[in-house]
Parts: sequence; structure tokens; C-alpha cells
Amino acid sequence: MCLGVPGKIVSIDDMLGVVDFWGVQREVALHIVDEPVAVGDYVLVHVGFAIRRIPPEDIARTLEFFEELSAEDLEGVSPKREGTT
Amino acid sequence: MSGLDKPPRRLEFRDAAQGRALRARLDHAVERLGREVTLMHVCGSHEQAMARYGLRASFPRALRVQMGPGCPVCVTDAPEIDACISLAAKGVRVLTFGDMLRVPGRAMSLDDARAAGARVEVVYGANQAARIARESSEPVLFFATGFETTAVATAALLLDDPPDNLVVLSAHKWVPAAMEVVAQVPESRIEGFLAAGHAATITGFGVFEPFVERYRLPVVVGGFEPLDILSALVLLVEQVAAGRSEVVNAYPRCVTREGNRRAVEALFNVFDTDDGDWRGIARIPSGNLKLKKAFARWDARERFGLELATAPPFEERASASECRCGAIMSGLSEPSDCQHFGKACKPDAPVGACMVSTEGACRIWYEHGIEGRR
Repeated sequence: MCLGVPGKIVSIDDMLGVVDFWGVQREVALHIVDEPVAVGDYVLVHVGFAIRRIPPEDIARTLEFFEELSAEDLEGVSPKREGTT
Repeated sequence: MSGLDKPPRRLEFRDAAQGRALRARLDHAVERLGREVTLMHVCGSHEQAMARYGLRASFPRALRVQMGPGCPVCVTDAPEIDACISLAAKGVRVLTFGDMLRVPGRAMSLDDARAAGARVEVVYGANQAARIARESSEPVLFFATGFETTAVATAALLLDDPPDNLVVLSAHKWVPAAMEVVAQVPESRIEGFLAAGHAATITGFGVFEPFVERYRLPVVVGGFEPLDILSALVLLVEQVAAGRSEVVNAYPRCVTREGNRRAVEALFNVFDTDDGDWRGIARIPSGNLKLKKAFARWDARERFGLELATAPPFEERASASECRCGAIMSGLSEPSDCQHFGKACKPDAPVGACMVSTEGACRIWYEHGIEGRR
């Protein structure tokens, strides 16, 4: 029941959107999504309701976050890195 | 090379090199700590993701990650299931999530009741329950289970001109309240919490700040991709090692400090928190979400005069009293510590709720062949 899945909005009719989950399309209620959504937006969907518009800039922030966190290690934090053990 | 101009395919975050780097960093943090460390997550989807991506096998030996009260099906109390069964037996049409069907009540499950002729049907969500009620004239009971993330959908349904014949039995739960109880368990070894990213998408990570202040335990909000989980664990162990306790958001694409204000407003326009029993764990102060008085005409407790505390007594099955679901969900035991795990208790013949639900720790460990550490 508790499964949040991201997808992309392909059409909107008032409070009902159609979301494409990479091949599978489902109707999704838009009553409680956190901000206005448009066709082409990524949304997080939970039990048939969109609960979050996933802004592209936050996807970019996520990529940066992983890069920073994994790069710090490569700069000498890891004991397994060659030459540091 | 950031690739920032192009979102990853399917919004999957599974880069192998970054995964290896994060694992090395996790190894290092645990090694630096120089002792065992136990963390808790509170979401069945986290357990499923760890099993699916084989993360547990890659954790350092000294790191324990235990699943707490993170399975809404598992913590739904037997008297509520019994109440549904007795209404179904009286001819009321009962709609609920598929996972609820085989959860044992005190004498039987909703599935047993269905086999005996009761009208019990599976729905995917609150919207479908409303649609079914609109197409019917008889009373339709929606047995609404789930944490705040799911409760928001029930709230939205009740705020959107619900049909009069729809009756809701709320067994919705409020997870932050349960984290408090788990943190207070005297024997608890939990030194940090991996908070569920989708619940926090609704509530915001600010909801954990008073908790961190009170218990001096770090909370990191994490998503459900392998890199999300590894990052969150790194940030937890590093806080433990440094003696810090802060709320950190490791799921920035979905979680903000304030969360989804519109959803939280809907939630608390419809529900009040209330003390309630979480199966096998404890009576949790403010752990349940009950319908406000304004929604009494849709409330099964009002409509059918349900008094759950005095629901008809059933005889418990013998093995049920030996079930360790409660200890597992409180972080005191792992599924493999239970004498019934994989023996008397299997998915097709579950003793406890943790073996029923696809979000239950026992079911996930059983299906993925996870053996635990003993």
C-alpha cells in the first residue's frame, strides 16, 4: 500500500491527470499535489494521488548530492583507497 | 561529469561507481566508530528496496539496520479487523487494500470471512472506494489503513463531496508518534533513524526536529533508490561517530522542511490524532488518526456504533501468543530470531502480521532468503 512511484504527467482534465510510469499509464488524482502541475512535469504518486511535483532543479540537486557524497570518499576518506591503507 | 541537464532514466539513481564509493564511505564510517551500531528504518518500502538491491549483504558486519514499526498492515490492531469481519458477516460490503485480507484477526482474517460468504473486496485506493460507493445505494465500508501518506488520500476523498453511503473505518496511523515510543524502549539499541521519504514528502522533515531535540538521536530522511539509502546510512553513521544528532534531508528531490502544506492541511481538517493500539507494540499516545466530529456521518464508529474495545471476544490461536512481531517492530528482535519464522510461520500460513504483508519484515526476509545474523 505504501508505495510512492515517480512518473510523468501526459494529460490533465481538471483534478484528474494521466501519469505515464515509463510505459504504464494510470489516472491520478491531483487534489493534494503541493503545487500546480502541467503536462510534462514529474510527480510522485502514492495510492492514486500525486503528492509532489518533482522539480527538475531538485532532480539536479539530487545528482549533485550523490556526486558530492561519493566524491568526498574518493578524495582520501576511504581506508580501502589505494595508497591509504 | 554531472549530467545535470538530463534527468536519469525513470528517475532511477543506481550509478554503480557512486554506489561503490558510498559503500566504501559507509565501511569507513563504521570502522572509525570501532563498535557495533544499530539503526532503525520505519518503512516497508525501505526493507523491500534493501532486499531487492541486495544492500543488506553489502553492509559492514558491525552495522545493524532494523525495521521498526514501518508496515501499516502489521500494526493494524486485531479488534479493528474483527470489527470489519463482524460488519461483513452482517452483510455490509467491505472494501480494503489487498494486503489487509490475510492479516489475522483474533479468530479469523477478512479472507477467511470472505471464504465463509462475507462480502470483502479489494481496492487500490480511496478514490476507487468512493467510485464503488457512488455506483451503489447500499452502505459501503472502506477499511482505511495506512500511515499519514495514505491517510492524506482518505482525507482528500472525504473533502471532495463523498457519497452518503460511504462509511470509513479509519485505522490510519501517525508514524512520528511511534518513533517516540520506540526511542523510549529501555532495551533499545537504536542510535539513529532512517525516516521514510514518502511520509516526509507529506509532513516535511521539520516534523522530526522536536524528536531529535528530545532524544538526541539523528534522523536522516531517505528515498528508495539504492543511492538514496546508502547516502542516508552514511549520513547516519557519520553523525553517530561524531556524536551529533541532527535532522538531515537525504531525499531532496521530494522532501522539504515544510512538506506538502496542502496535504497536511487536508489531513488535519479531517483527522485528529488519538491514542491507539499498535498491534504487538504498545498503546501509542497520538499514534492513531481518527475522523473529526464534522465527518461523523461517514465514520463507521459512529454509524455502526462500533466500540472496538468491547468487540466480541474471540479465542486466540495458540501460536499467536508466541509471535514476535511486536519485538521485531520495536527493534528488539530480527525476524530470524523468531522460532516460528520460516517454519510454522510462512506467507501461505502466517502466524503474525509481519509475515502477511509484502511490507512486513518477516515476509520480505522470507521471500528474499535473508537469514539474519544468528
